[in-house]
Amino acid sequence: MSRTEILTGNQAAAEGAKLCHIQVVSAYPITPQTSLTEYLSQAIESGQLKAEYVRVESEHSALSVCIAASSVGARAFTSTSSHGLLYMHEQLHWAAGSRLPIVMCCVNRGVGAPWSIFNDQQDSISQRDTGWIQIYCRDNQEIIDTLIQAYRIAEIVKIPVMVCYDGFVLSHTMMPVEIPDAETVDAFLPPYHAHTILSPEDPRNINPVTFPWRRADQDGVMCDGYMELRYKLQNALEAAGETIATVSRDFAERFGRDHGGLLWHYRTEDADVILTGMGSIATEATMAVDALREQGIAAGVVGLRVYRPFPKAAVREAFRDARAILVMEKDISYGYEGALCSDLKAAFYGTGISAPIHNVVAGLGGRDVKARELAEVTREILARIAAGQPEGPTTWLNCRTDTPTE
Amino acid sequence: MEKTDPNIAAMCRPAPGEAGKTGDWRDLRPVIDHTKCIPSVKKRAACYLCWLFCPDGVVKPSIPVEIDLEYCKGCGICAEECPAKAITMIPEGGEGTT
Amino acid sequence: MPENLFKVNKEEYMLPGNRACQGCGLSLGYRYILKALRENTILTIPASCLTVLHGLYPTTSVALPCLNCTFASTAASASGLVAGLNALNRGDITVVAVAGDGGTYDIGIQALSGAAERGTDFIFVCYDNEGYMNTGTQRSSATPMGALTTTTPIHTKQQNKKDMLKIMEAHDLPYVATVSPAYPMDLYDKFVKAKRIKGTRYLQMSAPCPPGWGFPPKDMVKLSRLAIETGMFVLFEVENGRFSFTGRSKTLAQKGKRLPVINYLERQGRFRKMSLEQLGQIQRWVDGKWNEYVRRAEAN
Repeated sequence: MSRTEILTGNQAAAEGAKLCHIQVVSAYPITPQTSLTEYLSQAIESGQLKAEYVRVESEHSALSVCIAASSVGARAFTSTSSHGLLYMHEQLHWAAGSRLPIVMCCVNRGVGAPWSIFNDQQDSISQRDTGWIQIYCRDNQEIIDTLIQAYRIAEIVKIPVMVCYDGFVLSHTMMPVEIPDAETVDAFLPPYHAHTILSPEDPRNINPVTFPWRRADQDGVMCDGYMELRYKLQNALEAAGETIATVSRDFAERFGRDHGGLLWHYRTEDADVILTGMGSIATEATMAVDALREQGIAAGVVGLRVYRPFPKAAVREAFRDARAILVMEKDISYGYEGALCSDLKAAFYGTGISAPIHNVVAGLGGRDVKARELAEVTREILARIAAGQPEGPTTWLNCRTDTPTE
Repeated sequence: MEKTDPNIAAMCRPAPGEAGKTGDWRDLRPVIDHTKCIPSVKKRAACYLCWLFCPDGVVKPSIPVEIDLEYCKGCGICAEECPAKAITMIPEGGEGTT
Repeated sequence: MPENLFKVNKEEYMLPGNRACQGCGLSLGYRYILKALRENTILTIPASCLTVLHGLYPTTSVALPCLNCTFASTAASASGLVAGLNALNRGDITVVAVAGDGGTYDIGIQALSGAAERGTDFIFVCYDNEGYMNTGTQRSSATPMGALTTTTPIHTKQQNKKDMLKIMEAHDLPYVATVSPAYPMDLYDKFVKAKRIKGTRYLQMSAPCPPGWGFPPKDMVKLSRLAIETGMFVLFEVENGRFSFTGRSKTLAQKGKRLPVINYLERQGRFRKMSLEQLGQIQRWVDGKWNEYVRRAEAN
């Protein structure tokens, strides 16, 4: 039987992991993810969850444990934030290149220097090149639902999945969450069968040095060089969008909740200006849109749920009729602009989409993002566009920018 | 149709000669004098220190002892360790070699 | 086949035609490590000479299952294998991590200490060629004092070799031991014993490296013996804190006299710039360690 409880984001994630019958957990404490690992420790030691918990001495080791456990055929889970994610950076590449269906929760938190323990998305977004699927949750219900979907997706496409949600904003905020019925989850998520062969019955050497060129094996079969293996990863990621959408629909049918697959719309049917973002900022944007609509501005939100693989086709479709686009994000690719903004512009290349695109960098290091601020910046941009100036520098929302920078 | 690599991650299968015919690495080749080699002299299993100390496991502890010259790297440890001084390292391409 | 001649598993898991150098100390030792471990084993190895010995895609020179991992993560990789196998009720399989001195003493030490502290049920093998040999002989904390390496190319290594064995003993492990390719039977027996013990087992192997140390490949076994004759390398095992010499080191402790270290050092090109003062320091360091071992053996 499903039941509704008031849960924080971390609690929701823990409940999701339990329902997925994870077999190996390895994680290291880091704010604001720590309580997730504590709930899992509690679940394991009390007998609720039958799993091995490896209390590693670092995040780098946490993901190393998951890689090995997954390679040998166990369903593995980890979670982290910020510097923990950065510390396991080389292992992120390794897990994706190994094609392992590990699921990790990244509880989004800003990175140093200087230290910040508060929310932004620099941590996970800076890892976008590693080959992981990235899904951003906008509320605690989506966290538990996405975690369950994540294992199914990962084990079909054989790519690790990062389930991202905003630190403190979601991880520590209580919301009503329907915890799905365990039997329905079991029917939705079959047991894991590894593609990696790591057993005495069939000895293999996994992930050795690989030459730049292709090379014949002992039977004369021309085997991949490094580049082919990496091409296979990219190819699988591109195809994964389809699987993500299918799994999302299947979940919706069985559990009655649809979080949108690759992206979701809010009041975009007749929208002139579209606000877009990932995670809780997109939810905030829906409130801004309600306010704008009351003022007669036809605004809407496209909430991006899946960041990698970048849903190029879906995005082209969603923004096709926009007359202005505001990209709101809690990250920046230093030396250039917000990563989501760049990715969107690149997706529009070659299409007829020529609406002005404005980048709003918001909420870095946990600075509060208010719906009315989003509404205000939207009005400002629209006014500027109307005055014949579609181009403009990135807005740093509610940030003092007149202090000397040198 | 050409068979393609089914692996999505790099998984190798065991086989000898991964580095090719490592016999090509030699500039010195071991030659056994079976009139001195203890198992040959005693006509039974004995000694076999060459087998014991070969880093590549290319010595066959038979009677007479055989060295797999396809893979022998010519390190010379067998010659060094032979208590009967039955093994000599001769230059590859020298007299008695092809 | 020599029946009953050498009481070892006759199966060769290390296949010929591999990429190890001529006369490689690791190569000889590894043959016997694998013989002792047998088929019901899963190995995990980091970036190192052994990675190259295991071979490049799509073929491997080792007929046992092996998971390659990143340089720092060997013991964590092993921990993951143990956890995964336990979760799958295949805890009967022996998990063995095999790393070089870099992957043990230096970049790998954090994960190793973590795994050992948790009492992870696996065997960790350090093959010690006393430097980062796979990348061309750079200095590691396992490099002895006075040695030339590419990162100590003029002044030589200034510090004594780090006592990794003492560090591992500090984790209260059930089994810590040293092995050498010069004494394959002693090596084999220790691995057979280690396989039967539960908990974290740490074995350190002397792995003389002809190109890195500067000696001809043919002298590898002789040099391995000299290391033991001089006390630069000591054969021993520590079972639940109880120390005992083994093999040749036991004989030396009981009746023989150790050779002065110069006999060992002068045969290697890497020590050609060592100063007399360093030689004295090394001899005193070796004497000190040896005497401590003797005291521990006598205390039993």
